[in-house]
Amino acid sequence: MINSVSWKNIWRNKLRSIVILVAMTLGLMAGVFYIAFYYGMAEQRINSAIKTESSHIQVHHHGYIENNEIGNFIADAGTMVSKLESVDHVQAVSRRLIVQSMVSSAETGAGVKIMGIDPEKEKQVTNLYTKIIDGAYFEEVSRNPIVIGSKLAEKLKVKVRSKIVLTVQEMGGTLTGGSFRVAGIYKTSNSMYDETTVFVRAEDLANLLKMDVNDAHELAILLDDNEQLDASKEKITGLFPKMDVQSWMDLMPEVAIVKQSMNLTMYITIIIILLAMGFSIVNTMLMSVLERVKELGMLMAIGMNRMKIFAMIVLETVYLSLVGGLLGVILGVLLSKYFGKVGIDLGIWGKGLEAYGYDTIIYPIIHPDYVVITTLLIVATGILSAVYPAYKALKLNPSEALRIDN
Amino acid sequence: MSVINIKNLKKIYNDTGVPVNAVNGIDLTINEGEFTAIVGPSGSGKTTFLNMLGGLDKPTVGEIHINGTQVEKLSASKLINFRLNNIGFVFQAYNLIPVLTAKENVEFIMHLQGKPKKEREARTKELLTAVGLEDRMDSRPGKLSGGQQQRVAVARALASRPRFILADEPTANLDSKSTENLLDMMEKMNKEENITFVFSTHDARVVKKARRVITIEDGKIVSDERKN
Ligand SMILES: Nc1ncnc2c1ncn2[C@@H]1O[C@H](COP(=O)(O)OP(=O)(O)OP(=O)(O)O)[C@@H](O)[C@H]1O
Ligand SMILES: [Mg+2]
Repeated sequence: MINSVSWKNIWRNKLRSIVILVAMTLGLMAGVFYIAFYYGMAEQRINSAIKTESSHIQVHHHGYIENNEIGNFIADAGTMVSKLESVDHVQAVSRRLIVQSMVSSAETGAGVKIMGIDPEKEKQVTNLYTKIIDGAYFEEVSRNPIVIGSKLAEKLKVKVRSKIVLTVQEMGGTLTGGSFRVAGIYKTSNSMYDETTVFVRAEDLANLLKMDVNDAHELAILLDDNEQLDASKEKITGLFPKMDVQSWMDLMPEVAIVKQSMNLTMYITIIIILLAMGFSIVNTMLMSVLERVKELGMLMAIGMNRMKIFAMIVLETVYLSLVGGLLGVILGVLLSKYFGKVGIDLGIWGKGLEAYGYDTIIYPIIHPDYVVITTLLIVATGILSAVYPAYKALKLNPSEALRIDN
Repeated sequence: MSVINIKNLKKIYNDTGVPVNAVNGIDLTINEGEFTAIVGPSGSGKTTFLNMLGGLDKPTVGEIHINGTQVEKLSASKLINFRLNNIGFVFQAYNLIPVLTAKENVEFIMHLQGKPKKEREARTKELLTAVGLEDRMDSRPGKLSGGQQQRVAVARALASRPRFILADEPTANLDSKSTENLLDMMEKMNKEENITFVFSTHDARVVKKARRVITIEDGKIVSDERKN
């Protein structure tokens, strides 16, 4: 019966309760949506960084990371690749020859990183081939094909089938050049990467550098499960103790921070919203208690004991926060699910983000565990904000409360 | 048989620095079945006295025995329980829980006592019928007149089967017709069910109905008349 009194008491001052419920609902809805948006953005960033740039794990010759000298290569990479391919959770391995170089068109030049790859193997590890926006992925140009980013194409003012010249330092140290023809132009969500990374066939680059096709600077490994990242890294390090083995978290610390900050962002957002919510509930409930001094005095007089008075006020507060809080969470989840399907096009605002490797269309993601945590925190906030108003009610002395004129 | 036994009761308020002897030495016995009015000018100490009698306030000096229990000696939590089971209260206003219907208000006190639902429902019906509100049982207090609300309050006070009913100016907010109705109803309860009533009033018509009239002035009993 006390719980029904509590529930009915909420609706005594309808306007006041509705105002606070709307505020709570909107606050939590916005909070849940913001988190889903942030998670979506972060996970897209991480996935695209893994899929287009780093893969999960990379293996290099000792010293290559500090000093990108082409002399720091892995000899007989083919044997290593076969060994790696038999490790658990390794889905595919791509080997790359890499060199820093100058690329020039008829108009101008730029500094780039050339990746010499086996186009078919690379397909299994990264999704470059899906990012082609013009021309084709190595097909159609038979001699010295090159795939470049759209940003670089713009800068060099070149198109598909244009000729460009790569200038590199070969093994001995002599400068040498090779002419390549643009087979395709790709575009990822990271414009920085697009401007500075070009792809050629490994054998063409080996020719240019006077290296063996069986040499490699980098082995890029795709796993079938990101959760196995640390375990796999350890296993591979064990297999090749003389090599540098790094996960994408080591290779892209700026992306790793995004992942690590996801939970922190969520807690900070939720706690700020719940604090605001808590204070407005305390305020509302205090008003409600002070308005009812005579009635509370009467209830104590006729024999309603302190525990029951306390329970009545706490229940009112908890109901209030549950209604507003859950409504907010539900609406926030629905909103996120909806935009998770259709996506949010950041349009012109997205241009700035693109430079940092973020997609311009964001698909919010709802993680069930943070919905559960948020709900639990709402209940806790409700109970905590009930304590002070309920304590105020308990301090009333019935004979004094009944004498107050109002 | 005496229900209430009061010895040398005093209440001195000292919170303004100037001591106020609101109740200044009252000795009184009230027997079962009495219908007693406490009268006196404003500020004479009626409310202060009734609050102590009802266990809502502690006396500065003196003893209050209700049915053998020395009330002022009880701890705060025992006192609440004692009030619940021994005293029925009717106040001047704010008697009822506004969000509950007449029926639920009466039931509420029996719920606090832990009475089973069946008993609660039967007694509520019986009492609301007795106070003449059988057709308003599902109305909330806001939809009832002042007189009807006070009758619900009397029904609620009776519902807990108390030793006596204490009413501080129960008719102060009522018009003369409702006052008369309420008093007739209380008188009937007193005569037919032998319920003990103690009430304070300023109203001469209410005083006329009382069978015992105790007059207080400056915190002391100045007269105690019984009529028959
Ligand atoms: N909390 C208090 N502190 C100080 N003095 C008080 C307090 N409560 C009541 N008094 C004083 O005690 C005296 C008795 O007051 P009380 O309310 O008992 O009179 P009353 O007979 O009920 O008056 P009324 O007929 O106006 O209701 C008055 O002088 C009043 O001012
Ligand atoms: Mg009074």
